[in-house]
Amino acid sequence: MGISSKDSGPGGIRSALGPFGLWIAAALVLAVMPTIFSSPVSVTIMNQMGISIVFALSYNMLLGQGGMLSFGHAVYFGLGGFLSVHVMNYVEYDGWPIPLPILPFIGGLFGLVFAIIIGSFSTRRAGTVFAMISLGVGELIAACSIIFVVFFGGEEGVSGDRTMGPPVFGTEFLKEIEVYYLTAVIVFVAAALMYLFSLTPAGRMANAVRDNPERAEFVGYSQRQVRFISFCASGFFAGIAGGLFAINYEILTEENLNLVTSGWVLLMAYIGGIGFFIGPIIGAILLTLLQTVLSNHTELWLLYVGLLFVLTVMFVPSGLTGLIMMHEPALRTGRLPNLARPYLVAGIPLLVALAGGVAVLEMLHHFNNAPVGDTVAHVFGMAVDTHNPANWAVAIAVTVFGAYATVRATPQVREAWSEANDFSGKAEDR
Amino acid sequence: MELVIFSLLNGLVTGLLLFMLSSGLTLIFSMMGVLNFAHASFYMLGAYFAYTISGYMGFWGGLIFAPLLVGVVGALIQRYGLRYVHRWGHVAELVFTFGLAFLIEEVVQFFWGKATKDYHEPELLDFPLFTLFGQSFPAYKAFMILISIGIFIALLAMLTRTRVGLIIQAAITHPNTVANLGHNVPLVFMGVFGVGSALAGLAGVIAGPALGTFPGMAFVLGSIVFVVIVVGGLGSLAGAFVASLLIGWLQTFAISLDYSMTDLLNLLGISFDDEHVLRDLWTLSLPQVAPILPYLLLILILIFRPTGLMGKRET
Repeated sequence: MGISSKDSGPGGIRSALGPFGLWIAAALVLAVMPTIFSSPVSVTIMNQMGISIVFALSYNMLLGQGGMLSFGHAVYFGLGGFLSVHVMNYVEYDGWPIPLPILPFIGGLFGLVFAIIIGSFSTRRAGTVFAMISLGVGELIAACSIIFVVFFGGEEGVSGDRTMGPPVFGTEFLKEIEVYYLTAVIVFVAAALMYLFSLTPAGRMANAVRDNPERAEFVGYSQRQVRFISFCASGFFAGIAGGLFAINYEILTEENLNLVTSGWVLLMAYIGGIGFFIGPIIGAILLTLLQTVLSNHTELWLLYVGLLFVLTVMFVPSGLTGLIMMHEPALRTGRLPNLARPYLVAGIPLLVALAGGVAVLEMLHHFNNAPVGDTVAHVFGMAVDTHNPANWAVAIAVTVFGAYATVRATPQVREAWSEANDFSGKAEDR
Repeated sequence: MELVIFSLLNGLVTGLLLFMLSSGLTLIFSMMGVLNFAHASFYMLGAYFAYTISGYMGFWGGLIFAPLLVGVVGALIQRYGLRYVHRWGHVAELVFTFGLAFLIEEVVQFFWGKATKDYHEPELLDFPLFTLFGQSFPAYKAFMILISIGIFIALLAMLTRTRVGLIIQAAITHPNTVANLGHNVPLVFMGVFGVGSALAGLAGVIAGPALGTFPGMAFVLGSIVFVVIVVGGLGSLAGAFVASLLIGWLQTFAISLDYSMTDLLNLLGISFDDEHVLRDLWTLSLPQVAPILPYLLLILILIFRPTGLMGKRET
């Protein structure tokens, strides 16, 4: 349905590294990460990333692989999470013998149940109807969460304690690092399963229905059934992500299943690149970083995220991964180094312009919102007096100069780009 | 009686306000096939622009200039944003308008801050119009009704009685033929988008003092407007009108009629103890479910009558 992607499988990278190379590398990275970033804060951030990765990947089963734009995907995430917390409480108070690692699976099953119910009518159509139904269901469940206090806990949500279950291999998940390894294993398994799903006939047909439902029907597949299967699988994995969230934070509130969370997962998948399996992973990592790190440094971080998102939709519809994968032909022909110089010539002024623009925005924000008498804004670690016109002049001059230099350098980049990707004539006598 | 009359009037105010938003949105949808998620954001921009302008020129200045400004912003976004994104296909357009809604909320917070703005109705309209059964009806609400009905009539007259209206109607169904006849169809699209945004802005200007001017105001109304145009039938102006009033009354009556499941069950002679797991179900009351009624309606309509109440084509 009009998503401009070439292929949804990461076939290119896979062939370059052998069939399992990338997965083995990913497992190694997951195992080694906490020894490199060992502070409690970074472990928490990595846990958050893991949850986001599963959630974003499950979302992309709909949008990227199935062509279904959903505005209510947080429903399955949240419901899975809420049930997991309730099960956690049953373990604590009623002595249910359920070890913690099973919990996300239970959350996933709950997400699956709701996906079956809701998918039975919402997957009849793709496109705008599907988007509208998903929005309606999302609003409905979010509003219900305030009404049904027994299950959703009203405004304060439902909380639990993950350490009360039977120990698994001697651990009771008291430490954050133990939770990290549990999360990492589940993230790895879930991602692998989702990748395998994209290779099954059901996953392949989802691509076919996305691109041309009519032809898929002529081949003998019901487009509705194909969408339904994708939808259920997606709900299941979103529920798993919800269960992981429950384990990590031990609390769920209305916030976890409302429209804001649904929108956030769309941002992660789209900025990362919906046309590639790895896209949502990159998006989830990047946006979690912005959410946790950038938000410590500036109050305007959501504005920057919004700008990034709109610019991505407008100019790079294949997302960050698409931007990277664009260079694959040049890499294969060994012409990638030719691009380095023009990229530097245009990239450095671009960074300068961005820095200048950010400085102007930060100063303006400080000027408008700071209490009277406080005239010093902190921009990139520098103390800047916002009531001194000279500082404004500098920031604006840097922005304009950077933008001008970038514009001057673009023809050079364009020329180098078309040269590197020119496979006619000249490329033959290489 | 008193309850019914005031609920009718309040529902009318809400419904007509919704119509000002949904009329533009449904026109835009029928032309471009894009559901504009940012439509309610234009409504919010209208309120904020009017707030700032009213600081210099008073409420009436804001009433005139803020919608115009919003219209220009909308037209520019259509010209340089939406038209550009069109090449990436339908889903990208939807995602673009969603991103726009996100961005506009952040931009509004950037310029005006997070707090609710002190934006008031003019003193001229700050009096009770009439008092009925000891309850008074503010003149400003009557003014809101008047403006909305005026807009509805003007819009209808413009679409059916003028040359521009005929071209717009033709461009909805047969854009290529209209272009072949020598009309600038992209310009028509841009104009409709601008006028639709301006209408949303106008709704924001008059709703700002009544419903509050704060960064979440677009979010509060945004989804409801979608419900209205889907229920009314996408592309149908009359349908949007009926659905707006329907939703307006549905919400006000549900809030004012305090009946609950317990009452119903008592009537049937059934009672449950308070400790039951499903106790929330037995104690469910109408005001409680008021916020979910529109969405329930939306889902039911989409399942059983995808064309909406008065729409001609399926979504």
